[in-house]
Amino acid sequence: MDIDFLVRLILLLPLAGAVFNGVLGLFIPALRKNETLIGGLATMLVAIPFAITVYLFLTLHGEAHVSTYYTWMAAGGLDVAFAYRVDHLSLLMTLIVTGVGALIHLYSIGYMHGDRGYWKFFAYLNLFIFAMLNLVLADNLPVLFLGWEGVGLCSYLLIGFWYTDLKNSAAANKAFIVNRVGDFAFLMAMFILFKNIGALDFDSIMETARSFAAGSAPAWANWVVLLLFIGATGKSAQIPLFVWLPDAMAGPTPVSALIHAATMVTSGLYLLARLSPLVLIAPQMMMLVAVVGALTAIMAATIAITQTDIKRVLAYSTVSQLGYMFMAAGVGAFFVAIFHVMTHAFFKACLFLGSGSVIHGMHEVEHELEHHGHEGHLDPQDMRTMGGLKKYMPSTRWTYLFATFAISGIPLTAGFFSKDEILFKAFEYGYDGHAYAWFVWIIGIITALLTAFYMMRSYMLTFEGEPRWPQADEVKPHESPWTITTPLWILGILSLVAGFLGLPAVLGEHASWVHHYLAAGEGPVAEAELAHHVPVAIEWGLIALGSLIALGGVYFAYSAYKKHGLAYDDQLKQRFGGLYRTWQGKYYWDEFYQRVVVGPIVQSGSKALSAFDRIVVDGTVNGLAKLAETISWDSRKVQTGVIQNYAMGIVLGVVVVIALMLLG
Amino acid sequence: MEITLNWYLSLSAVLFTIGVLGVLFRSNAIVILMSVELMLNAVNLTLIALAQSMGDTSGQILVFFVMSVAAAEAAIGLAIVIAIFRNKLTVDINEINLFKY
Repeated sequence: MDIDFLVRLILLLPLAGAVFNGVLGLFIPALRKNETLIGGLATMLVAIPFAITVYLFLTLHGEAHVSTYYTWMAAGGLDVAFAYRVDHLSLLMTLIVTGVGALIHLYSIGYMHGDRGYWKFFAYLNLFIFAMLNLVLADNLPVLFLGWEGVGLCSYLLIGFWYTDLKNSAAANKAFIVNRVGDFAFLMAMFILFKNIGALDFDSIMETARSFAAGSAPAWANWVVLLLFIGATGKSAQIPLFVWLPDAMAGPTPVSALIHAATMVTSGLYLLARLSPLVLIAPQMMMLVAVVGALTAIMAATIAITQTDIKRVLAYSTVSQLGYMFMAAGVGAFFVAIFHVMTHAFFKACLFLGSGSVIHGMHEVEHELEHHGHEGHLDPQDMRTMGGLKKYMPSTRWTYLFATFAISGIPLTAGFFSKDEILFKAFEYGYDGHAYAWFVWIIGIITALLTAFYMMRSYMLTFEGEPRWPQADEVKPHESPWTITTPLWILGILSLVAGFLGLPAVLGEHASWVHHYLAAGEGPVAEAELAHHVPVAIEWGLIALGSLIALGGVYFAYSAYKKHGLAYDDQLKQRFGGLYRTWQGKYYWDEFYQRVVVGPIVQSGSKALSAFDRIVVDGTVNGLAKLAETISWDSRKVQTGVIQNYAMGIVLGVVVVIALMLLG
Repeated sequence: MEITLNWYLSLSAVLFTIGVLGVLFRSNAIVILMSVELMLNAVNLTLIALAQSMGDTSGQILVFFVMSVAAAEAAIGLAIVIAIFRNKLTVDINEINLFKY
């Protein structure tokens, strides 16, 4: 079949779903109640593009295919078309977006059941898929930026979905405003690129980038990479712009799974991978990327240890895993970053959906407690009131455990292969003579240990031990319906097996399918050239070390929380003292921004603007009103109420007219 | 001495001016109405004089219309004056200034 037509279908079907659900929901309120129609249609319109993508994936090999639909803007030397690029990288990303997206749509059918904004939710979700597909399929930076902003908008709409709670609206605003900073840098990068290359499509950028050797790039290339990376830190939640992501958990849980774990937050990585030849010629910037990624990873991991809200643990874990991906990008292993994007999409979506299922169950507990006349509020997301859920929610428990193993890097699960590959690449880059890669590698090892610990901790607190909510022997949660557990099982099993797509290089040069698919030959993703390769024995040693760390972390958390339960948190607190409080305080980033950025802007703004407001704005408006009042106050005296005065006016008028006629 | 057209027109002008002055300066509403009648009749006189001198009867026909309208106007005007008198016990036009600012 015609590829142009299929790509058009992939893009437009989710948009059609968004328009259908949005417009019909808006104008035909009777349809809003029809959840089967709304949810089913929205899911179908993401599942069909997934099927089309699978077809393209199976039939399309080699060269990139560019579908150009029409010219968007042409002015002077600038010529931007609505062009979409189908190659191995964009196909893989499209598979993730539509595949995981369809599963999460299916999940949302059950999860959002009975919500007043059901139709709106699915309209936004479909719109998000459309924007995300624009982002990953774009053939030039402006179209990519269109998708980039589109996903930002949908993220804003969905974080603030329950907007009647001020907290949620504030979180949505925070996400939007923080992302603006990154978007500004992205725009600047585009300007510099256009000034120096004269075009914004990927082929031209790649061609220019490949004409320079590593390290010999002009200064503007460094600036472009730096600005693109700042853009990526906004969207992909890295230091210093990560603060919005933990707050973004205010949105419904499927949104956290889809947007703030599996797809949107990885778009910064996608951008770097897409422009990898350009990134590779700026080694200083790669160092920055890797170090920022490493610091973000370990910072978020330590914060995650102290969190008690199940979704916040996962949020910080997402920030940490994104840090891993940037580490991979920073040591020139972009295909590994994309591999980790894929495995992370599976296990993190599974974890989030599992936490959603738990929250669903705890909501039930909350309602029943109210029914029993229980006093006090039960937070359905607080792990301190959970425990022992494995008895009541077996499917959720098993899939959550699978995904926990995967993210911890237990051997042969998906996370094991991708994370180990990242650590190995960092090691190899250090071995090749880049000192910063050693630092990144060490941080990566420590973070791996922390990851295994805090993820197992969240599993233990949620599913093991005894129930901790009030009246636990009377009030019991139930397993979620099939629309929720089916996606859980699919994602849970993918978390276990997807790693075999990227077997380590030690098993042979072509063992890693991902590497072969993305980076081999003239593949879309470039990789760093290495002079020295690590000996096979050390490679095996590193794999063993990674396995040991994962198993050790998981076992340590298991035994500690098995024995002490929730009380182990207090032991940690005593043992680490001030350090623990810093973690609990999230390194005081929010307070820092409040004091240094938000506070001064609000204060100086209120001073300067209040004067302007008083003098200029109010002055103009009040002055005009005063003028009108004065004029009418004087001129209304003409109306004496005496008829004869009016008659006199008429007569005088007649006299004047006649006089003019006689004289003229 | 023959009575020419100018005599008629002069008489008409004098009558009209008296009417205008009456409307403008008298304060009794009934007198004002009478002054209006005077103005209308001055116009009638002009119409008839010119019709006679130019040999065109349409001027005379128009006079009938003016007279009937004048009759209607007088009837309505007097009715209004009576209505006002019942309310305010005066027909002094200076006392009747409900539309004053």
